[in-house]
Amino acid sequence: MIELDKLTKRFKQKDGKDVTAVDAVSLTVNEGEICVFLGPSGCGKSTTLKMINRLIQPTSGRVLINGEDTTGLDEVALRRNIGYVIQQIGLFPNMTVEENITVVPKLLGWDKKRCHERAMELMNMVQLDPRQYLKRYPRELSGGQQQRIGVIRALAADAPLLLMDEPFGAVDPINRDAIQNEFFQMQRALNKTVIMVSHDIDEAIKLGDRIAVFRAGKLVQFDHPDTLLAHPKDEFIASFVGQDATLKRLLLIRAEDAADDAPSIRPETPVADALGLLEEHDRRHLVVTDAANKALGYVRRRELRGQSGVVRAFLQPFAATAAFDEHLRILLSRMYQFNRAWLPVLSADNDFLGEVTQESIADYLSSGRSRGKTSIVSPAEGAAG
Amino acid sequence: MDWLSTFSYMDWGQVGALTLQHVALVGVAVGLAILVGVPLGVAMTRFPWLSGPLQGAATVVLTIPSIALFGLMLPLYSKIGHGLGPLPAVTAAFLYSLLPILRNTYLALTNVEPGIREAGKGIGMTFWQRLRMVDIPLAVPVILAGVRTAVVMNIGVMTIAAVIGAGGLGVLILTAISRSDMGQLIVGAIIVSILAIIADLLLQWLQRTLTPKGLRS
Repeated sequence: MIELDKLTKRFKQKDGKDVTAVDAVSLTVNEGEICVFLGPSGCGKSTTLKMINRLIQPTSGRVLINGEDTTGLDEVALRRNIGYVIQQIGLFPNMTVEENITVVPKLLGWDKKRCHERAMELMNMVQLDPRQYLKRYPRELSGGQQQRIGVIRALAADAPLLLMDEPFGAVDPINRDAIQNEFFQMQRALNKTVIMVSHDIDEAIKLGDRIAVFRAGKLVQFDHPDTLLAHPKDEFIASFVGQDATLKRLLLIRAEDAADDAPSIRPETPVADALGLLEEHDRRHLVVTDAANKALGYVRRRELRGQSGVVRAFLQPFAATAAFDEHLRILLSRMYQFNRAWLPVLSADNDFLGEVTQESIADYLSSGRSRGKTSIVSPAEGAAG
Repeated sequence: MDWLSTFSYMDWGQVGALTLQHVALVGVAVGLAILVGVPLGVAMTRFPWLSGPLQGAATVVLTIPSIALFGLMLPLYSKIGHGLGPLPAVTAAFLYSLLPILRNTYLALTNVEPGIREAGKGIGMTFWQRLRMVDIPLAVPVILAGVRTAVVMNIGVMTIAAVIGAGGLGVLILTAISRSDMGQLIVGAIIVSILAIIADLLLQWLQRTLTPKGLRS
């Protein structure tokens, strides 16, 4: 856990004016979370980041790591316990990939064997073949590969905290997506606490557990990304997240969140009962499950009409389904692809959890609910109040 | 082309001895300049306010005509009884070598990419660790370029050392002038030139060998 307590940076400009680059920023990032510092250039986000590892000396305020005030710590010792990744990557061109990765472990006095094993392990984590790449020099690698090395160099000594200053800003868009996904998985697997500076709202939404929006040196809003999109605190944030904020939320909402409580029936349910249920819920189809609530398929109202017996004879397999943790953007794409108005939401064990329909999505997005926030205020109500 | 015949009556034993002496004079002077210039260059990156005065002083020294500089050494060293001989000659060449070595060291160190410097600092390397593990290895080719300049320049300049009794290949030229021996004068000049070319080629090779593998293209 890392805590910033009224962190402030003031400096004198050349014309003698005092400038407050960072103004009493306080926030807490929990262990294992990614916090993204977001904002336009010159908003103080980078300065705040660099005050954490004291590349920039704070004017006042404190940084606490796991409750310990870092103000009195030796800055070199402090930095060796905090990983650091920058946009320019900054690999040492005179060192091989392996030497680059093991710089900090060596300074910490690890023996050769342990350093080598650590390098191998980290290379495998970013899907770079150690035998092929460890002996190469940075200039022999592509930009994306170099930044992967930059990231694992920061992780080499197993520091619990990672600071990243626009780490993927210089990587081309196609590679950026891949490297972001890879990083995200690695971060989750290693349970690192990450603070990342970005000016890219899409990156922040994709990677951030929480987003801290800065403006003119002040922290303006600190929230879960979905909350930020659903309830921007002011005009500035609303304009920063963009007019398509609601569409961006699709990335953040999981199928299980937007699923409705659609009823289901058993294969042995009589057709008459099924038709009654369809009538009652005003639906055109029903999902059929077994006694253990595992989804089997569905039946359509149009095929049940005027029939008798049980629904088993009319059971159809799903053309497409939604996994509980898939986000709505993927689901909407799938719904259009298969020309469906709904998808059954299934758990990892194939349990039926409900249905995602165009309606349930619209309901969720306009309900004022958002992930990571419990108090529910609809945007409409908020505006009215 | 009768100066060519000079080659036949030259005292090659003497030429060899003078050449060795010449090389030693330049070698000691440049060696000392490396020992002083590189640390000064490092000091300039650590304390930037030093860079103006130090570079200025080194540049002023370089503008002093070489024969005058050698002359200036005379009264200075005669106070300790070494007005003539190798000491003033080495000192003069040392002062001449300082600027290219100092300046190249400083330039190379300050030109290390800001990203590399920030990454090094950010992951917890001290100033000295960055210097030893990153900055100096990256600066070596540029520093050696300065050494090359100093060596080539001083092989020529060092001929004046003969005037103040320090020996070296200048002796050949000086005696040729006093005897109006055009042949020996030209041969002496050619030997000095060839020596400079050989030294330059050797240093070029050294520069290439010492350039970190990751920087070679």
